[in-house]
Amino acid sequence: MVTSIEVDDVSKKFSRHYTRTLQQIMVAKAKRKKTRETFDALKNVSFTVEQGEAIGLMGLNGSGKSTLLKCIMGVMRPDEGTIRVRGRASGLIATGAGFHPQMTGTENIYMNAAILGMTAAETEAKFDDIAAFADVGEFLDTPVGNYSSGMFARLGFAVAVNVDCDIFIADEVLAVGDQPFKKKCMKKMEEVRDSGVTLFYVSHSAGSVRKMCERVIVLEKGEVGFDGKAGAGIRYLKYDDDEGSDSENANDI
Amino acid sequence: MTATVPPRHDLAQEPMRDPGETGGLHRVLGHRYLLRLMVRREIKARYIGSKFGLAWSYINPTVRFFTFYFVFGIILQRGAIPHFAIHLFAGMVIVQFFTESFNAGTRSIMANKAVASKMPVPREMFPVASMLVSLYHTGPQLVVLLIACLATGSFSPDLVGIGAALLAFAIVLLLSTGMGVMFSVINVLFRDFTRIVQTLTQMLPFTVPMMYPYTLVAERFGGIPTIYHLYLFNPLTEAVLLMQRAFWITTVSDRDVREVNEAAGVQVFDGSYGPPNFPNHLFERGFAMLGVSILFLLLAQWVFRRLDDRIPERL
Repeated sequence: MVTSIEVDDVSKKFSRHYTRTLQQIMVAKAKRKKTRETFDALKNVSFTVEQGEAIGLMGLNGSGKSTLLKCIMGVMRPDEGTIRVRGRASGLIATGAGFHPQMTGTENIYMNAAILGMTAAETEAKFDDIAAFADVGEFLDTPVGNYSSGMFARLGFAVAVNVDCDIFIADEVLAVGDQPFKKKCMKKMEEVRDSGVTLFYVSHSAGSVRKMCERVIVLEKGEVGFDGKAGAGIRYLKYDDDEGSDSENANDI
Repeated sequence: MTATVPPRHDLAQEPMRDPGETGGLHRVLGHRYLLRLMVRREIKARYIGSKFGLAWSYINPTVRFFTFYFVFGIILQRGAIPHFAIHLFAGMVIVQFFTESFNAGTRSIMANKAVASKMPVPREMFPVASMLVSLYHTGPQLVVLLIACLATGSFSPDLVGIGAALLAFAIVLLLSTGMGVMFSVINVLFRDFTRIVQTLTQMLPFTVPMMYPYTLVAERFGGIPTIYHLYLFNPLTEAVLLMQRAFWITTVSDRDVREVNEAAGVQVFDGSYGPPNFPNHLFERGFAMLGVSILFLLLAQWVFRRLDDRIPERL
């Protein structure tokens, strides 16, 4: 097996006070209060991922999931520890990033694909797939500012899921988009997973994690709380209690 | 399940890499395609929805030129300086290239928040794109300037002049990229800089010899070398003088010089390419400023690298 991602003892601290004026800082100094407070967004996180693994990244809000993914993507750098990856990382992490409301769907597809790391030739080759997946019909030549919110999101997703990459990161809930589109997205992600791409899937839905992933990593306040089989991970998080009532939403993300 | 599927890409030969190693001006060159799309988007976005579109790029500078011509050429009658509107406009073109790209560059990372905080692109790309957009908008202004020069009927461009213009652009291109790179990241950490830079760039046009002739500066401060040298040490001053060497002085004919001096009754204007209309060693100074700009760009890159890691958490 080929190692795809190697996270070794990674820590990242954030400050709690960023947006203070000079006056506020002076007052805090005069009162001998701390002017700087930090907290651990990630603390000694270590794990290794083999190529082709599908991993569910779970944890409560604020447990460090997005920070970890940003470090793997290379947007952020950890304060301590090292991260090594093999190949191109992309995915549903910046859907619609760089979309200009006054540009047409086609123009935005090229722009967004380039931001996600595709070349002109790659985008050209995938353009029909992207357009078919977005399914916005003749609206491709309309400025995306005039799209419905569902269409806007669909276009962003369509580009992201069609990016040719080796590590696919899905860090976004399908909050918008109708039921058929959600189903289509899940199917597409399964396809991506089965093609041997390493998949990182962030979700709060036990059902869809169980369906997509065989391994689960649970983050708790920045630390790895659990790393193992999907079923056990979901039980660890006690997310399995409501899985019964969740079953009809199993297709949800 | 996935173990039975053959690996999609043969990645075994591919080395493990540090995903955080994405920044640096040299890596911007590796993203030329994205850079091109970003620049094109900005250019298109500026006039989107307007009926005249790109024509505005010509209308604005034309109107500005005629305003100058009316105020300085007709009302104020700056007798000592022939073709004063061109004297001013030649400087204006290069100063505006600088201020536009400095201002837009400073705001560039904030303006591209969504991409800068989520995608691993070299973030130097945003100020560089702003500079290129400003450079593009300089094109129509140069066209207007050239038409104005030709309209004088005495425009005789020379190779040295073309070299001077290229040198001016090289200085300002490097300097404004450096300014954009340095202040785009500082602006993320200290948002006040958007305003500080705005105030600074409003002052700039008055610190260079375009609304007043260089001869006046030499006259006033020639006896006080410290101020005189400080004034000339501004790379923008040098760029403006080089532009005037290329476009303005080449429109001044012998007849213009004679008329001006006769009207004044004394020799107030030379009309030659060398001093006193320009400082000594104009080109040596130009190349020195080019060096200063390169050094500044390297310094800006160093500052950017040191602060880059703090951008995503502060956006």
